[in-house]
Amino acid sequence: MLFFSFFKSLVGKDVVIELKNDLSICGTLHSVDQYLNMKLTDITVSDPERFPHMVSVKNCFIRGSVVRYVQLPSDQVDTQLLADSCRKELADSKAKQ
Amino acid sequence: MTSTLESYMNRMVNVVTGDGRVIVGLLKGFDQLINLVIEDAHERCYSETDGVLITPLGLYIIRGENVAIIGEIDEELDKRVDLENVKAAPLAPIWVPQ
Repeated sequence: MLFFSFFKSLVGKDVVIELKNDLSICGTLHSVDQYLNMKLTDITVSDPERFPHMVSVKNCFIRGSVVRYVQLPSDQVDTQLLADSCRKELADSKAKQ
Repeated sequence: MTSTLESYMNRMVNVVTGDGRVIVGLLKGFDQLINLVIEDAHERCYSETDGVLITPLGLYIIRGENVAIIGEIDEELDKRVDLENVKAAPLAPIWVPQ
């Protein structure tokens, strides 16, 4: 659930999502759900010469399972806090066992 | 807040499938597994040597696990695209070939 909450905190920010078929889509993160399916608005494809398949698409929904990477705005992410939160969640889940 | 396809209902959508096909049509239904019902579906087959070939498919259900992207088509923009002169390699499949 940590990364779901993390992505929710990035709603409204610009991200680049690279898919497992090498297609990179840049857009504004509109929403995210528990499967990390994401909706982007005002999208552009990073290499439109190679991938003209989405030229007439402005908003899209990307299934979480097809995402390879999400490039984040580094100034919007507190990596120390994220690392600490990951450790805390891991410790909490071990304590529950 | 939740990611739902409700806002794409009865709109022209561009679906990229797991095997790299592009299917365009009217979104008539979906469920939580992202199974889709597409009315008047057409496949856009991209080729590096010829323009885009459009194959009519009719009423289609696409199984959710085979869906990669669902794009809302801007119909005005789409009309201006001269598909016959668009040349590009087909999209690679999402799944690693076995």
